Amino acid sequence: MSPLLIVVLRVLAAVGLLLLNGVVLIYMLRKVLGRLHLRLGPTELGPAGMFQTMADVVKLLTKEDATPGSVDRVLYFLAPAIVFVPSLAAYAAIPFSNKIVAADLDMGLLFTFAILSLMPLGIFAAGWASYNKWSLLGSMRSIAQQVSYEVPLLLAALPPVMIAGSMNLGDIVRAQHGSVWFIIPCLPAFVFFLIAGLIESNQTPFDLSEAESELVAGFATEYSSMKFGLLFLSEFSNVFIFAALMVTLFLGGWSLPFVDPGLLAGIGAPIIFLVKTYLVIFVFMWIRGTLPRVRIDQLLAIGWKFLLPATLLWIVITGVAIKTGQGLFGGGS
Amino acid sequence: MTDPRHLAGHAGWLTPNPPHQVDFVPTSLTRAPTGVDTFDTERMVLNMGPQHPSTHGVLRLLIEMDGEEVVAAEAVAGYLHRGIEKLAEHRRYNAVGTLMDRGDYMSGIHNELAFALAAEKLMEVEVPRRAQWLRVLMSEINRIASHLVWYGTFGLDTGAMGQFLYAVRDREVLLDILEDVTGQRMMFNYVRPGGVVADITTSAVDKIQAFLATIDMYLDEHDALLGGNEIFQARTRGIGVLDKETATAFGLTGANLRASGLGFDVRRDRPYAAYDEMRFSVPVAEEGDCYARYLVRMGELRQAVAMVRQCIDGLPEGEHTAKVAKVLRPPAGEAYAAVESPRGELGVHLVSDGTEHPYRMRYRPPALYALQAAEAILPGTMIADVVVILGSVDVVLGEIDR
Repeated sequence: MSPLLIVVLRVLAAVGLLLLNGVVLIYMLRKVLGRLHLRLGPTELGPAGMFQTMADVVKLLTKEDATPGSVDRVLYFLAPAIVFVPSLAAYAAIPFSNKIVAADLDMGLLFTFAILSLMPLGIFAAGWASYNKWSLLGSMRSIAQQVSYEVPLLLAALPPVMIAGSMNLGDIVRAQHGSVWFIIPCLPAFVFFLIAGLIESNQTPFDLSEAESELVAGFATEYSSMKFGLLFLSEFSNVFIFAALMVTLFLGGWSLPFVDPGLLAGIGAPIIFLVKTYLVIFVFMWIRGTLPRVRIDQLLAIGWKFLLPATLLWIVITGVAIKTGQGLFGGGS
Repeated sequence: MTDPRHLAGHAGWLTPNPPHQVDFVPTSLTRAPTGVDTFDTERMVLNMGPQHPSTHGVLRLLIEMDGEEVVAAEAVAGYLHRGIEKLAEHRRYNAVGTLMDRGDYMSGIHNELAFALAAEKLMEVEVPRRAQWLRVLMSEINRIASHLVWYGTFGLDTGAMGQFLYAVRDREVLLDILEDVTGQRMMFNYVRPGGVVADITTSAVDKIQAFLATIDMYLDEHDALLGGNEIFQARTRGIGVLDKETATAFGLTGANLRASGLGFDVRRDRPYAAYDEMRFSVPVAEEGDCYARYLVRMGELRQAVAMVRQCIDGLPEGEHTAKVAKVLRPPAGEAYAAVESPRGELGVHLVSDGTEHPYRMRYRPPALYALQAAEAILPGTMIADVVVILGSVDVVLGEIDR
């Protein structure tokens, strides 16, 4: 086989796995929300309704792709791709184990955030091109929300980087092998990251850009068929990325405390990583099933008046602590 | 609110610009959306409903917006107009109940009761004591069911999806009870002039006992989950304030009025059925905001539960209906009777000319006044507040459009 063919097959396998991951997440959301809401979720198709989301994907693929008359056609077709591609590309730097990482970048964290910052562009394009007032309102909210929260998100991710002394996500995990999980020295940063991550990935209580009781379906109102499917899948893909980042930065990545990393080599490490990530996603869904939604001005106020100063303050505290107590956190440089 | 004359008759539908047409433009918004300021921004007229998730049926709102802020708002009702008042003129007195059920479809018992009370006033019938108690019992069960739907949809409006499903869990039991006694889950035709159509069954009593055993715990849970939530409080406190003057000027009644600090309750101040024998208090709040309305309704739920308990414990023996003729012919005259429906003072003004049909029936829908008051306080709020305010005043479009 030519090297090019191997690369193409690898890419296809990776994309296929990521899509499957999205399908599994949608099934999980339906089941978890169902249980939280005293219902069963899907039950009919396959054991415990497991094939329901597959059937929905088939439905989305075969449905008529209706394009409203007055849309901006180029942007309208491009927008789902602009949203979906970054949500796939962001997986590249995330280490599933010591070896399984698509791109072992020294600036892995920065790369992930840079890629993710393309998403609001796509969402805005979707809302703008749809020629619908609800879509426009949704995308305006999305811009305001995602741009404001990129700053606190990145700042909240810095304390682990400072302790590990590297922006390589694999190195950050390896730094946690030798000492404690960074959630212990950086608990406030973990909480800030959780809040900012919920906002960046558009989850309740911050799902303002598609608040269904206010904006019908927000930026996705005019989309149908697989274009809607891509917007929908990218949301779940985002949730996975933020959960994976939280696991990597704060919860020890693929490692377990008091267990020799050598024992987990091979299949053990990625399984531990996935289980941790899915547990974090479960918390996201739990929040989604319980809390009401905040208003846009309250959301922005939380970001600028509380989250930004708090993350800055925590960075200062972490820096001072590292300087005064060298070696306190083990992995410190 | 747009000219509501079309609700009363057919005239409004014959104009060249009937309100149900898509391109209908109400006169107050016909000016071009301008609002030019230093940033050269434009205002946007948003058409919210009649197919919108949070307009509680088929309400349509025209909202002129400056960014996320509402500059002017106008409600367009009438999409559910069925001409109940006119139809009643061609029904016999016993059959009007089926129409009344379809007015405020969330609380059919109250609607039927209002009509029955008005007809009884005309005929001067003595209603047996057991029938009076059964009316109170069914009214309060229906009130709990109605308030639970309000609670659930209010949760949905603020974005908490779970509340709705928790509320319908409890409501399901109540609908089963109502079905057991009346034979129907929502369109009962149970309360008739002279009494009620059937006595309570033993199985219904068992179901009510089972319901009473759990409801207090569930209400505490609801209070903690939604009312105790900080995000919910941030969304409702200080939002949509209706002060005493506005409330009285718009003729608000029911929980909306009591949330503005005026403790008027038809059940206490002009008692009907057996309410003079019940022990209950009337929850009142001072703030007049959405949170106050929430607190008052949750208080009412607990009072209603207490009254159901009293009815089950002290239900007197006797007949469930007075001896009345098969075809009622009340003497000529007029009568007004009002009940405290979950939405406020629901009144029926009945004019009889001595025949077997009412000469004229006027149906006072409390939600119509609540909608107009809500419409008046919308300017200056944000689009997210609009759905919260509408949810908090608890409008039912079946009642407004009649």
